[in-house]
Amino acid sequence: MSKYIALKDPYLESRIFSARTVLVMLMVLALLGVLLLRYFNLQVSQFETYRTESDRNRVQLQPLPPKRGLIYDRNGVLLAENRPSYVLSLVLERVPELGSTLDKLAELLPVSANDIEKFEQRAKRRRPYDAVPLRFRLSEEERAQLAVNRFQLPGVVVDAQLVRHYEHGSLFSHALGYVGRISEEEQALIDEVNYRGTNHIGKIGLEKHYEDLLHGQVGYQNVETNALGRVLRVLERTPPEPGANLTLSLDIRVQQAAYEALDGRRGAVVAMDPYSGGVLAMVSTPGFDTNLFVNGVSSADYSALRDSRDLPLFNRAIQGQYPPGSTVKPIFGLAGLEAGTVTAETAIKDPGWYVLPGEERRFRDWTLRVRGTGHGDAVNLHQAIEESCDTYFYDLAYRMGIDALHDFSAPFGLGEVTGIDTTHERAGILPSRSWKRRARGQVWFPGETLNVGIGQGHLLATPLQLALATSILATRGLHYQPRLLYKIDDKPVDPGAPTLVEADDANWATVHDAMRAVFHDVRGSAFATGRGSSIIMAGKSGTAQVVGIAQDEEYNEEEVYERHRDHGLFIAFAPYEDPEIAVAVAVENGGGGSKVAAPIARRVMDAYLADTAERS
Amino acid sequence: MSDYVRQMPEASADLARNPSFSERFHIDLPLLGLLLVLTTLGLVVLYSASGQKMGAVIRQGRYFILAYVVMLVAAQVSLQRYQRWTPWAYLAGVGLLLAVIFFGTGAKGAQRWLALPGFRFQPSEIMKLMVPLALAWYLSSRVLPPKFQYVVISLVLIGLPSALVILQPDLGTALLLASSGLFVLFMSGIGWRYIVGSIALAIASAWPAWVYMLHDYQKQRILTLLNPERDKLGAGWNIIQSKTAIGSGGWSGKGWLNGTQSQLDFLPESHTDFIIAVLAEEFGLRGVLVLLSLYLLILLRGFWISLNAQDSFSRLLASSLTLTFFVYVFVNMGMVSGLLPVVGVPLPLVSAGGTSIVTLMAGFGILMAISTEKRLVGQ
Repeated sequence: MSKYIALKDPYLESRIFSARTVLVMLMVLALLGVLLLRYFNLQVSQFETYRTESDRNRVQLQPLPPKRGLIYDRNGVLLAENRPSYVLSLVLERVPELGSTLDKLAELLPVSANDIEKFEQRAKRRRPYDAVPLRFRLSEEERAQLAVNRFQLPGVVVDAQLVRHYEHGSLFSHALGYVGRISEEEQALIDEVNYRGTNHIGKIGLEKHYEDLLHGQVGYQNVETNALGRVLRVLERTPPEPGANLTLSLDIRVQQAAYEALDGRRGAVVAMDPYSGGVLAMVSTPGFDTNLFVNGVSSADYSALRDSRDLPLFNRAIQGQYPPGSTVKPIFGLAGLEAGTVTAETAIKDPGWYVLPGEERRFRDWTLRVRGTGHGDAVNLHQAIEESCDTYFYDLAYRMGIDALHDFSAPFGLGEVTGIDTTHERAGILPSRSWKRRARGQVWFPGETLNVGIGQGHLLATPLQLALATSILATRGLHYQPRLLYKIDDKPVDPGAPTLVEADDANWATVHDAMRAVFHDVRGSAFATGRGSSIIMAGKSGTAQVVGIAQDEEYNEEEVYERHRDHGLFIAFAPYEDPEIAVAVAVENGGGGSKVAAPIARRVMDAYLADTAERS
Repeated sequence: MSDYVRQMPEASADLARNPSFSERFHIDLPLLGLLLVLTTLGLVVLYSASGQKMGAVIRQGRYFILAYVVMLVAAQVSLQRYQRWTPWAYLAGVGLLLAVIFFGTGAKGAQRWLALPGFRFQPSEIMKLMVPLALAWYLSSRVLPPKFQYVVISLVLIGLPSALVILQPDLGTALLLASSGLFVLFMSGIGWRYIVGSIALAIASAWPAWVYMLHDYQKQRILTLLNPERDKLGAGWNIIQSKTAIGSGGWSGKGWLNGTQSQLDFLPESHTDFIIAVLAEEFGLRGVLVLLSLYLLILLRGFWISLNAQDSFSRLLASSLTLTFFVYVFVNMGMVSGLLPVVGVPLPLVSAGGTSIVTLMAGFGILMAISTEKRLVGQ
């Protein structure tokens, strides 16, 4: 085209155009070919890759956590249930930018620094595509806020979880224990498959002891989700097996009576059905609201509970080890009778003190302090139990010797854990020569035997142990293992065969009669409490001198005096002829057992017996 | 039209016979048939892509009806009239683009619409017709191949509206505008030295353009195209999900309404720019082949019309409109399948969206005018 053409040449223009059109058509065909190759490559060559990718997009295997078993009292009153609680969680894989999402959420609802800190801890040990909880117990308003803004918040999930709720949190705090969120240490111990989808685990007490029964078996479902992680369709489902519902031997009315009778003082009550070992009440006060612990207790709440000098977290019923004081006298009396050390008629002269042969030191009777004299010139076992004569038992203990006392008392469950179905039980101490050598590396002194003889010195027992010993006394030797569990899914649990503590019938009768007299004879130490009762009861008071319970407490000067007061204890059973309930009461620094603890024992027994009378 | 041509014996014979319905109303039947099949297929895919909402299909159907009416009207206008109106229409279009810069409204960080009482529209869409018209008008009255100064003026005619559209910013439309004009230039027989030279210039200016001209989001798109995994949940998400949708469709597809990627919202923009992924997922490669065949047939018809056009204006215009249509197809299908960066170009006559459908069909109306004008004249 070097030549200049001045005029339009339609023929040339048309020819050039046709040539260019052919060229362009070839290019168009080539490029369409490229497109076709591309789609062929994606849809045929790489089909498998993308099909897998697409399935992974939409199908997820979701664990279905089982419903935790419910807990009822023996009358069928619901004690622990599961309530829907709305939880705000994040699926981190689907959250475009965590920082801004958290900011946006904080605008919609309160999110504390504590929430975020806990969230980050949980996020560290999550499985991919797990929803990590950020906030629990969303209010209706908060849920509405989130629902409105859902499309701005990809990866944010609100779902209902069933969360443990304790209707009577404080009343049953120690009897039931509580569940809490699975900790890192627990994560390492649990069956990871079965706990996939489970957030809570029994932390303490019955909830922990029966974790396996209560938890149930996890289920699974294959679900199709959309890009926002919302479940659209269930493709396949293996339902979870819910945990067993447990009915406890605890009776809410007895529990309530004990709780109210303790009236906020530091103390514990354990009541048992002596013919099965079923625990009717287990109260330790002060209690605390177990619901606080379910979703992670705030550090303020926790330190308040932990640092309280009343030790609300401490389960006095099974962890509190008290000198039983005179409440052991029926057992030691029986020991003397059985060993032949004394008979029912054996009487001693009580000037108000006892002196070991060849020694100067006087072991004083409590009456010396009160009225300057002893219990009289002829105190027999009946009177010694009824009036709680220390001199009689100094003598008895001295003559029997510590090892004989130990050997006779051990089958009553003293000095070893009872094996009750909960956690953190303590064993107390039933001393002996070998115990002292082993535990203290020292020899036994005769004077120590005298102290043990009136339930002081090295002797320590928990309220549960005292309740068990009282049950054995009441049933003339039947030792059932104490047990909270009554029925699993409405099937009664076999209490197991009792072991037998053997003693002569006449000796049981002697001791029983003396314990009856404690309530119903004018000279009985709990006569005031027994007055007006239509039911005949049997009991024994105890007053333990202490410097405080064996806890590492810090006292301030003002409080020392109050906390140095005696522990008041009481054991009892009723009805006298055919015992249905055995009780042990301990009131820390409460003063005399007959004054402070006996009325509590009576209220507890009355509550139960009224209850059974009503039922029959 | 010269007297010489009118008095040709065959022509008069042709004129003597009663014109058929399609001749009388300037309808190119093969093209119309293909368009009807394509738009029907589009509605079927759209129903699935919109999450099975009849509402979306009905809205799109209304646009189609409007677009077919516009097409038929455009087909009735004589080519002389097009030529006469073109310069004024072009100037008005540029004026509207300027108005967009100053008074426009927009969404997603771009300012593309002019709001008039009652409705709003994109002047850049009108320019998709005005640019090829203006170029064809300008060049057809010159001696072809065009001399240097005409090429320069042509480039100005292309560059001005394209630059205004880039400012909005709307890279996809600017690309379509510029290519529709350049196609006219190319088809006019412009010398190869211009073509080679401009390609060299384009490559040389790529770096400055990257640094100074492209917006961040445009750079993102290009970077993400090169490596979608770079930003899996952000910019790369679209491409990964659309490739997954296409690939998992396989040869025969998952079935209509059964595409998991599209029905479960994994696929973004599934009813607009990414609708081809829905078709590919649900109908498989078979469906893609059917669609490509339809497009190919429409393109071939377009080329046939332009080859048989009587004068340079018609030829240049027809071929440019056809090639622009092809650019739509190629850019959209390329970007959704991860061959090209994501620029906002819809799949022609399938993606939901009113304005692009109306302009495309107006273009086909002009093609029909060209096709039927010729027949009235006779071979």
